[in-house]
Amino acid sequence: MQDNLQSSSYKQLEQKSKYTNMFLRWFLYFVLILFASYFIFPLYVMVVTSLKTMEEIRQGTLLTWPSSLNFDSWLVAWGGRGYGAGDTFLRPYFWNSIKMVVPAVFFSTFIGAMTGYVLTKWRFKGDQWVFLFLLFGCFIPFQAILLPMARTLGTLGISNSVVGLVLVHTVYGIPFTTLFFRNYYISVPTELVKAARIDGAGFFKIFFKILLPISAPIIVVTVIWQFTQIWNDFLFGSTFSFGEAAPIQVALNNMVLSSTSVKEYNVDMASAIIAGIPTLIVYVLAGKYFIRGLTSGAVKG
Amino acid sequence: MKTLKIEELSKNFGTTEVLRKINLEIDEGNFLVLLGPSGCGKSTLLNIIAGLETINEGNVFIDDYNVSKVEPKDRNIAMVFQSYALYPSMNVKENMIFGLKQAKTSKEKIEEQLQKVSTFLQVDKLLERKPSQLSGGQRQRVAIGRALVREPRIFLFDEPLSNLDAKLRVEMRREIKKLHQQLKTTVVYVTHDQTEAMSLGTKIAIMNHGVIQQNDTPEIIYNKPSNTFVADFIGSPSMNLIKGKIIQNSNNISFIADGSKLEVPINNYDFKEKSDLNNKEIYFGIRPEHIYFKKLNEDDFDINLRADLSEYIGHEQIVTLDYSNQEILAKFPSTIKIELEKEMKLYFDLEHTSLFDFNTKERL
Repeated sequence: MQDNLQSSSYKQLEQKSKYTNMFLRWFLYFVLILFASYFIFPLYVMVVTSLKTMEEIRQGTLLTWPSSLNFDSWLVAWGGRGYGAGDTFLRPYFWNSIKMVVPAVFFSTFIGAMTGYVLTKWRFKGDQWVFLFLLFGCFIPFQAILLPMARTLGTLGISNSVVGLVLVHTVYGIPFTTLFFRNYYISVPTELVKAARIDGAGFFKIFFKILLPISAPIIVVTVIWQFTQIWNDFLFGSTFSFGEAAPIQVALNNMVLSSTSVKEYNVDMASAIIAGIPTLIVYVLAGKYFIRGLTSGAVKG
Repeated sequence: MKTLKIEELSKNFGTTEVLRKINLEIDEGNFLVLLGPSGCGKSTLLNIIAGLETINEGNVFIDDYNVSKVEPKDRNIAMVFQSYALYPSMNVKENMIFGLKQAKTSKEKIEEQLQKVSTFLQVDKLLERKPSQLSGGQRQRVAIGRALVREPRIFLFDEPLSNLDAKLRVEMRREIKKLHQQLKTTVVYVTHDQTEAMSLGTKIAIMNHGVIQQNDTPEIIYNKPSNTFVADFIGSPSMNLIKGKIIQNSNNISFIADGSKLEVPINNYDFKEKSDLNNKEIYFGIRPEHIYFKKLNEDDFDINLRADLSEYIGHEQIVTLDYSNQEILAKFPSTIKIELEKEMKLYFDLEHTSLFDFNTKERL
């Protein structure tokens, strides 16, 4: 009798917890969908607007699906209308940005890896001070260094050029990339370096043969970070370059703000999306390595 | 010719003195264990022998050749690390031949060495695997293999067994011993585990605070510790150190513990110096295993002590005894029934005692 009572009340409790769980689950989905749509909504508006004709846009139906898939505004954003003066379009600036971002990401990542390697595996007197100053570089507001940097670029004769922007982005990327690599290499046992030294490997060989091959996760993180920073940068781009040498974000700004005639929202939206696509591609391609722990179990049990 | 000689070696990290005036010699084929608590400088000493740390003062000789300023790779040594330090991106084979490749050894020679060593260590089936695909014991073997292929003059081991579980540790310990018996290469081995040190070493150097406390065979270290640190460090449970003083009259020397009237005769103790002993404050050292339940030798000294506590550990028990308010431990077979809170008759084996000066902590 006692047992029966017990088991029936357990059944009730079981039922109750089932409902509670179900409710919580649906609530969770609700919240997730809410936040996801919060993020997706602007993108939706952008895509939809870019596909509409100006006529449609003027009707003020922001959310409706375009009547037909019209890629004209994309073509205009990318390649212009084909008449001479005043026709700003993204293509040349897109290549400017590529020419800037690829070397800048490469050099800042490489130098950061090297610095991180030295700061953790070849400790020297005062190395923590070097690291501290590098960290300082992470917190300096970039506005503060605009003038001195402009002077420096002028003296070097590379102001208003892609090369100048590569230099600026490399220099100001190094604090971050160093921080990333230093924190990664600090967890790599120093015994690896000792073993390699006994095996007769030197400074560079240890770096290239032992440490770099296990650095894939942090390289990916650094590349994503640096690519996003440099591609999306507007401050340095607009300060240190103008006209033909400008990167895409500056050109985008010029296109959208200094448009002489009517505001062409569809072209603006298409341009904004084009300017954002490379970052998206980098995330999609490299994202999976973000999660992979490539060294797991390689050194310890 | 000494395979390894260390002369007046000192090392500081900033203002911290890590090693102080270390002198050490190893003959060909010996197995020297550097033993000590963590932070005693043993690993630093090993790194200095390997050339991975610089020296502040003193010299290191390998085969009578001063290598103090020679690069690690040119010292003809090989090292096995606690974390194994296998190169994660390389497979077993690449790991093992990495050093030979750096040294520009010929392909045939590399292949031959690899073949020999991998069969010897039974890792020849694992050559294509990555370190992450190996078990702890296999990693350890590969790490030893990487050291072996170089055919070094001296093997350096830095706590190589600390990362293994208890069972595997005992197995690998035996394998290292076997390895040394077969190869007869000189070994310097760092550990904090006294069982490892005792079972592996032909010589043990016990270190504390950057100073070598005693450097001798395991037997002498165990039976005749040179100071209270060594006495306390070696043995489990460690040696009882009973505080008291010496009473010397005409031709009788005896020990009286503080607060006791009982005179323990120590006439037969092998004093370094026999003068000026009267009233000297000392520690009377006796190991728990040298306190007997039954009289074994003619000279065993019988004494009545109260048992306070008994800890059962399987084949034996550790009994806490009260010797005029000083706690001492004794080890008996677990078959003996001990009545607690009661005095019982026990026997001190006076053949196996050690006396230490209370002030200097040195052996008398």
